[in-house]
Order: sequence, then structure tokens, then C-alpha cells
Amino acid sequence: MLNFPIYLDHNATTPCDPRVVEAMIPYFTNSFGNAASRNHPFGWQAEEAVDYAREQVAKLIGADPKEIIFTSGATEGDNLGIKGVFEMYASKGNHIITCNIEHKAVLDTCKHIEKEGGEVTYLKVKENGLVDLAELEAAIKPTTILIAIMYANNEIGTINPIREISAIAKKHGVLVFTDAVQAVGKIPVDVNKDGIDLMAFTAHKMYGPKGVGALYVRRKNPRVKVTAQIDGGGHERGMRSGTLNVPGIVGFGKACEICMNEMEEETKRVSALRDKLQNELLKVEESYLNGDKEHKLPHVTNISFKYVEGEGLMMGFNKNIAVSSGSACTSASLEPSYVLKALGLGDDLAHSSLRFGLGRFTTEEQIDYTIEQVTNTVNKLREMSPLWEMYKEGIDMNSIEWAHH
Amino acid sequence: MAYSEKVIDHYQNPKNVGTLDKSKANVGTGLVGAPECGDVMRLQIEVDEATGVIKDAKFKTFGCGSAIASSSLATEWLKGKSVDEAITIDNMTIVEELNLPPVKIHCSVLAEDAIKAAVNDYRKKNGLPELKFEESVIH
Ligand SMILES: Cc1ncc(COP(=O)(O)O)c(C=O)c1O
Ligand code: FES
Repeated sequence: MLNFPIYLDHNATTPCDPRVVEAMIPYFTNSFGNAASRNHPFGWQAEEAVDYAREQVAKLIGADPKEIIFTSGATEGDNLGIKGVFEMYASKGNHIITCNIEHKAVLDTCKHIEKEGGEVTYLKVKENGLVDLAELEAAIKPTTILIAIMYANNEIGTINPIREISAIAKKHGVLVFTDAVQAVGKIPVDVNKDGIDLMAFTAHKMYGPKGVGALYVRRKNPRVKVTAQIDGGGHERGMRSGTLNVPGIVGFGKACEICMNEMEEETKRVSALRDKLQNELLKVEESYLNGDKEHKLPHVTNISFKYVEGEGLMMGFNKNIAVSSGSACTSASLEPSYVLKALGLGDDLAHSSLRFGLGRFTTEEQIDYTIEQVTNTVNKLREMSPLWEMYKEGIDMNSIEWAHH
Repeated sequence: MAYSEKVIDHYQNPKNVGTLDKSKANVGTGLVGAPECGDVMRLQIEVDEATGVIKDAKFKTFGCGSAIASSSLATEWLKGKSVDEAITIDNMTIVEELNLPPVKIHCSVLAEDAIKAAVNDYRKKNGLPELKFEESVIH
């Protein structure tokens, strides 16, 4: 039996795993202490729970617990990691290298830094969504202090060659920050093997609660420091003040532990479902895969169905299936996805895109239903699409003088 | 944002989807929008030459559900109107009828523009001067 609606938007957020919720509950009521209360059992209990979670989180990414700074999520982690390095290493230089398909939390942070007198290079990704290593290396200059490149992209799921990137950075004595929100818990991420100096990630994309995340900050080879962005009681070794969100942190820890134990199995299962969905949908005439086919997260696929518009398409099934689209019609700004545009897709293909994000609780039945619904709706809307008609009649759409507005 | 029932109804059961023979003198075709903007609307009217009344109207739309609903509604309203009455259809009437939220107003503007373009195409074909419309404010 299918239960509706079906959730296929796991890159936006994930449900909490029931085991995570269970682990959190005592820390709302009985064990409600402030982890900074050093002088009574309530505080000790809370501190112990946070320490344990810190170990669970660190273990998942191959880090030392002391290298984990708890934050309110990845937006804060991105801000702290990038602004924190920019301020801390001001005497070394002011140049940061990033790329044009980063999450807004990174891009807008970089924009802010430019206003503060920093210099930022926004590398253009290749057509497959990956950073060009030669271009990256060529962009490094004596003033470069940080390379901030995402581990995996949230819209198209492409995975950057982080190890190669960090090898280049090392050669030039530049630090590496990565927004690993979409990767951690889904694919093996190891800060040492990958040569990462700072890394932001968040619990709510890996079956943990919203509003809690972490910034990994390397302590050895090299020892990295960031300037705090939130001042106060000096929590998290002075890098992030604020009373710790103990239940959230406990849940985050549990979520990491589950991911660690189940990643291999889960990846096998979910990627098989993803492949089925992707292969079947790519059989639809004039459908195109967005982003690299190989270097990609196991649970996501992004496909454009040419000549139909994404929001109109979703309307055909969004009572029953939750996905997202890069179409302008879905955004408040009425601009299509900058990520898809950066791949060099024509705007028309960006408008026609759907992102499917599978997850831990996705079933084959749900995927079969989705394949059927999406295919039918695409066909139905194409019957209504003037562009489809022109395409079928062999009319060159570039020859038409469109009334742009 | 949830859609109004009327938008959903037009989306699920669109009225007058199709194509009229644009080579005929009594058929006016309006093609507005652009693929890069994510919306293209083609609206056609077939005019009874004796009476000047629109006897058929068809549309095809590439766009969101509100754009599809706006064009579907427009074709319904066009049928039975004279060509001169047709151009009095105002996008805000469509907005009200379909309960469109502010971000979707431009989808109704597109429908209004498509009507005007179709009427002008018809006028041109029949040796009448094209009407000048004030530039609609879009987006
Ligand atoms: C790549 C990426 N970075 C950062 C964020 C922001 O994370 P958070 O919601 O924890 O602030 C997200 C999720 O929205 C994301 O996908
Ligand atoms: S056609 Fe884009 S919002 Fe309606």
C-alpha cells in the first residue's frame, strides 16, 4: 500500500529517524541541564551527553572530537568557516577561491567578504558540474588564503574531487573549506584522507533534527583557527558562544552513528532505486540528465524534460509526490536555478528540471509510482505545449522572435 | 503555496487545448512569452467573417499551472465575443476569477497579451491597422 504524499525531496531536508527522536527525548525533560553548568549533576549529565555526541559526529568523518564545533546548522558553519578564516588569516592574504554553484550560504558569505575588502574568485564549473582542477590551480595567488569548494552539490548531486583539490591547496599552502552538507552521512567522508581543513555539515540532511550542525576545524597539520562570529560565553573553545542545544546535539550524534553503521547497505539500496528512476525517466523523449553521471551522490537525480515547465509539471502530481524544480516559476525571484544555468544549460532546460532526492525510507513501490506519474504528466503537458508542437514540426525555435520581458 | 480550486480544475481539465490553421485569413494567432522566461503562450482565435464574432479559440501553453489555467480561461471567455470585445478582457479579471496570488499575476498578463497579439494578427491579415496597446507592466 502506498501512503501519500511520497517524499522525494531529501536534499532539502530529511525526516528524523525515529531512533534519533528516541535518543533526544530525555534531554528535553529529565536531563535538561545546561552543558556549561559545571557544578551539579544536571550540568554534568548534559556535558556528558554532548561529549558522547561529539565523539559520534567526529567518528563519522574521521576527526578528533576536539575538532568539532557545534553550530545551529550549515548556514552558520559556512559563515563561521569562511568569515572566520578570512578574519583570522588577514595578515596572510585576502583572497578566497570558490565556485559558482555553491549554496547561497557560501556565495552570500563570499559577497559579504568582498564588501569587507576581500577578493573572491568564483570558478565556473564545467558542464558536468565539477570544478576544473587546472583552473583552480591557476587561480591561486600569493594572497590566497582559502579554497572553499562544496563536497557535493545540493541541486544536481555532483561530487567534486575534494582530494585532488586539497592536494593542490596543500602544494600552495592554502586552506581548504568544504560545505559537505549533502555528502556527510551519504558517502564516506574522511577529513584526513580528503585533506580537509574546515568542513560544515548539518543534522537535518542526515535524519537528524533541524537547527543543529557542526563545523570541523583541523587541529593538527596544520592547526587551523577561526575568528568567532558569535561572541558571548566562550563556548566551543571560544569559537562559537551560546548555550549548547543539548537535545539537538544528542540527536545529531545519534544520526551520525546510524549513518556510519548503515551507510554501506543504504547506499546500495537507495542507489539501485535511484538508478531505476533515472533510467526510466531518461527513456522519456527529450529528457536530459543534469550534472555528471558518475561523480554523483547515490540518492539524487536531476532531469530536465524539455518543452514542459517544471512547476506546471509538479502540479500534475504534487499532491502525491514531493520533488523540487529549478524553474523560475517556483522561485520568488522568478529566476531559474543559477546552478543549472551555470552548467551552461539553456534557460529553457533549467525551467524544465526536476530534482528527485531519495532517502532512507524510500520504497520501490514509491519509485514505480513516481516513474508512472512523471511520465504521464510530461506527456500530458507536452500535448499542451506550443514548444513541443514546434519541436515536432521541426521548427527552429531560435528563428522565432520571442517577446522577452 | 496551494493552488485555488479553479486553477486546479483548469489544469486538470483544460478547455480548448489545440491548434487552429494559422494560414486561414480568419484565424488570428498570438504567441507571447519566451522559452528563457519559462513561459510561452500561444492563443488563437477563429472569427466568423460575417458577424465578427469569435467562434472558436484554442491555446497551447508552456508554463506553470496558473499560466495554463489563465489561457484555458481566456479561450473560454473569448468564444462568443466580438473581436473588439475580446481586447477588453483584462488580466485582473482573470486574476480575480482564478484567485491568483501576486507572484502569479504575470501569468495572467501573459494571457491578456496573447489575446491582444491574436487580435492584432487577425486585424493585420484582414487589412486593418494594428492596435497599439500600452506596454503591460510585467514582473
Ligand atoms: C549545500 C548546502 N549548504 C548549506 C545548507 C544550509 O544548511 P542549514 O539548513 O543547516 O543552514 C544547505 C541546505 O539547505 C545545503 O544544501
Ligand atoms: S508561467 Fe512562470 S509563474 Fe506562471
